[in-house]
Amino acid sequence: MQVPAPFEYRRATSVDEALTLLGELGGTTRLVAGGHSLLPMMKLRLATLDRVVDINGLHDELGYIRVGHDEVRIGALTRHRELLESEELAAAFPIFRDAERVIADPVVRNRGTIGGSLCQADPAEDLSAVCTAVQASCVIRGPDGTRTVPMEEFYRGPFETAVGDGEMLVEVRVPVRPNGSSAYEKVERRAGDWAIVSSGAAVWLEGDVVADARVGLAAVGPNTTAIEGVADVLRGHEPSEDAYAAAGAIAAERCSPVADLRGSVEYKRHLADELTRRSLRRAVARVRGEEG
Amino acid sequence: MTTLGTRPLDSFVDNDQKPVGYGRMLRKEDPRFVRGLGHYCDDIQLPGMLHMAILRSPYAHARIVSIDASAALAHPKVKAVVTGADLAEKGLAWMPTLSNDVQAVLATDKVRFQGQEVAIAVAEDRYAARDALDLIDVEYEPLDPVVDARRALEPGAPVIRDDLEGKADNHCFDWETGDEAATQAVFDAAEVVVSQDIVYPRVHPAPMETCGCVADYERVSGKLTLWTTSQAPHAHRTLYALVAGLPEHKIRVVSPDIGGGFGNKVPIYPGYVCAIVASLVLNKPVKWMEDRSENLISTGFARDYLMRGEIAATRDGKILAVRTHVLADHGAFNGTAAPVKYPAGFFGVFTGSYDLEAAYCKMTAVYTNKAPGGVAYACSFRITEAVYLVERIVDCLADELGMDPAELRLRNLIRPDQFPYTTKTGWVYDSGEYERALRLAMDMVGYDELRKEQAERRARGEMMGIGISFFTEAVGAGPRKDMDILGLGMADGCELTVHPTGKAVVRLSVQTQGQGHETTFAQIVAEELGIPPGDIEVVHGDTDQTPFGLGTYGSRSTPVSGAAAAMVARKVRDKARIIASGMLEVSVADLEWEKGAFGVKGDPGKSVTIQDIALRSYGAGDLPEGLEGGLQAEVCYNPENLTYPFGAYVCVVDVDRGTGQVKVRRFVAVDDCGTRINEMIIEGQVHGGLTDGVGMALMEMIAFDEEGNCLSASLMDYLIPTALEVPDWQTGHTVTPSPHHPIGAKGIGESATVGSPPAIVNAVVDALSPMGVRHADMPLTPARVWDAMQGHPTPPV
Repeated sequence: MQVPAPFEYRRATSVDEALTLLGELGGTTRLVAGGHSLLPMMKLRLATLDRVVDINGLHDELGYIRVGHDEVRIGALTRHRELLESEELAAAFPIFRDAERVIADPVVRNRGTIGGSLCQADPAEDLSAVCTAVQASCVIRGPDGTRTVPMEEFYRGPFETAVGDGEMLVEVRVPVRPNGSSAYEKVERRAGDWAIVSSGAAVWLEGDVVADARVGLAAVGPNTTAIEGVADVLRGHEPSEDAYAAAGAIAAERCSPVADLRGSVEYKRHLADELTRRSLRRAVARVRGEEG
Repeated sequence: MTTLGTRPLDSFVDNDQKPVGYGRMLRKEDPRFVRGLGHYCDDIQLPGMLHMAILRSPYAHARIVSIDASAALAHPKVKAVVTGADLAEKGLAWMPTLSNDVQAVLATDKVRFQGQEVAIAVAEDRYAARDALDLIDVEYEPLDPVVDARRALEPGAPVIRDDLEGKADNHCFDWETGDEAATQAVFDAAEVVVSQDIVYPRVHPAPMETCGCVADYERVSGKLTLWTTSQAPHAHRTLYALVAGLPEHKIRVVSPDIGGGFGNKVPIYPGYVCAIVASLVLNKPVKWMEDRSENLISTGFARDYLMRGEIAATRDGKILAVRTHVLADHGAFNGTAAPVKYPAGFFGVFTGSYDLEAAYCKMTAVYTNKAPGGVAYACSFRITEAVYLVERIVDCLADELGMDPAELRLRNLIRPDQFPYTTKTGWVYDSGEYERALRLAMDMVGYDELRKEQAERRARGEMMGIGISFFTEAVGAGPRKDMDILGLGMADGCELTVHPTGKAVVRLSVQTQGQGHETTFAQIVAEELGIPPGDIEVVHGDTDQTPFGLGTYGSRSTPVSGAAAAMVARKVRDKARIIASGMLEVSVADLEWEKGAFGVKGDPGKSVTIQDIALRSYGAGDLPEGLEGGLQAEVCYNPENLTYPFGAYVCVVDVDRGTGQVKVRRFVAVDDCGTRINEMIIEGQVHGGLTDGVGMALMEMIAFDEEGNCLSASLMDYLIPTALEVPDWQTGHTVTPSPHHPIGAKGIGESATVGSPPAIVNAVVDALSPMGVRHADMPLTPARVWDAMQGHPTPPV
């Protein structure tokens, strides 16, 4: 059994209390939600913290999926399993269910949260690619009130986010636009593994042509980012294999993978291309009602 | 209401069939395992018990300049810190390995692999022991590491083992088998010769339970009790006696429930020795349990063979000879667990299941700055590597000849009338009906239909592959005349006592790690004596309660201890026969045995059961003259030969052309392990081995970077397969009893691990063959498959 270094443990019973504790304690204090990233890091002593503030007691306050007419709001403490099982969410954004099916395993999904996943800011994190594709924004609360940060500005580097000391992510908001759908494609070495590369795509049609399209790739850069230029080659055109190929080529070119045991740079660029095409193709099929 | 929690444990043993002897029955040990009631090393809590943690080297190769433990010793909960220098004062800094090399218990001069043991801290709890490690200040002087085995023997390579007197290179040993000249002659004259470089990467057993122990030295009695994760408690006890100078009768080694072994728990690790030392010094029980990373980076790995395979054949597909040159990476210390005369284990069976004219192998083993080991990892002493080599190279030949790989194998398999068959490397295969097994596998999978489907799919641009492997194993080490480990012969004892009421206890040396010994051995005794398996207690794993024997590995439990169990039961039956003759007042010759009772020939009404006889043996009244009371016996079984189980496996895969992902769609495994004792246990063993094969073929590898850092130090980095990567296994069997084994049984524990990787790799290569791919090395991760599709398959190391 791996054991962490000594640390102080506090439990918050409300968001306000959590923020108060964060403000009071100072030092290296981190929030722990599902704990499936933080606790292994502490046990491996990659992270040595003075204190953790347990926010699992806030599930009543921050565990929700509200699908509205214009917007979906997801509480930061919503568990992976809840995202996976929500029919309403799957109807609006099937990309969440696609992704949740291939995130870790049931044990992790029972505990892990969307807020924890985004704040961990792992370059290979799946929900980051999902949220990027669907143009989500993050609601961050701090002692001075709340602010909303789009996904494009949320990441500041590997394992770094816009959430400052004394702040916490409380909600993820996804705008709902008509005639759209989404899909997620991931290649992993084994079920539950981090992605070699994954691609989240969202597409909106206007009649027969693409009104807008977004692609977010995971594991091919310091952070998940939207691949700029994808929309440009698709917008105004009828979805076609040529259009997907053009988008894929852009994805392959503009990502910045590094070689590791999961694959070479060449292979990862190839996957960025291949998975961009697959996710776009599937998203379009879904808009057209050709695929569930 | 009866719930799971209130049902008595015994009730779970009930079966539909309740065989008295061989047959399908639920495992007697499972009620405690499935309910979380197993009792493992880490469950042991003793009064005053202390906890030990090990400080390990961050470098693959470095000189130790100094160690300052003062801050750790100042920790209020720390009881002791021990370094290599401290052990050296007691002559315990080095210990022998299972291959007559030496290994550092705690490093004194240098560290030789990342993760090597440098110091221990003993404290009041596990947390404090771990915290203390951060307070030990070690100054290292980094040295250039040797990571690539191919460069280990280059002039000027850093010398790893300068502890060995006069050692000026990294050469470990050379070994050869077969006839070099005769093989050369066959190759010179052959119409077709194919050669292929083949890597079997370093993999790890990764048992669910890591290694550990509780050492308890009791000062008053002078007795050391060691609860430990050992696959071979008796061998370990003797080695502790020899190494530490403790009297053997004052050492008790207990293997409690073991959470998987796979060879990982055969060696003696420095942690065990340190825990013993700590208990001796502190006069307290000391517990040490590895964490997952420690297990992966420092304990016995497996494989790591870089092989060049060559095969010679006629144009029409008669295989003539196989030759191989192997570079074996043994890590920093040669810790291979194998019989002494077999430094390469049983790799000599690389001739496979084919009737050859000649064969030759030349092996060079080297030291590198990696963890020691080279243990049998569910591989029957290197047969995994041997079978992989020959089954891969046979497929390469089929590709060269343009011949169906099934057809090529059928043309060359050893025929039934050739058994016992002596291979060109001197192994005597005891029995086999190879063609029958392969034809059954082909029928079960629908081979011809699959080839048609494959042709159709290929026409559509899809990548489907069909892979075959045929393997012969050599298990049940082994005959004392040939086989020993550090001088200990590989025979197994067994004791059987039938109590007055007819219940029995059988005591064996082999410790189960999940194989189902408590059921299988009860069934063997049941078959011989007619006592229900539920009435037979199997005692194992405790050296104070069981006779000597060499342990559980290399699929040897049923071939060796299983034979001992049958023999001891027959010995008891022989005595029972004499008692029965007295009870029935007839001569022994007039008795006939019908499972569970002796009856009088020609007088159906007159018989006594084994239970009646047991009671009589302890009861009042005279026994036949010359007979002692009681009903018990003991034997020590020395196998005449190894047993040679075999099997035919067919794997079907689909490869995603766009991503290189491999999906194992179907897998048919036909195994022949001779007499089958419990079908359910056999199938379970096969399922596990096949799953393991998927892991090795598709994802498992212990990788290192150029500095010798282990890149596979967690189960996030060292991948093992899940239920989602495996198909619905289809198993079949044939039965070809071993002619020399008392009950005709052969081992089954490792067959599937040995046989499945080549079937899967052959299937993937078959899928890729339209792209001109003839070979791709494991692990066939999506990236590696894609590389092969692009025409540049690369070795993993």
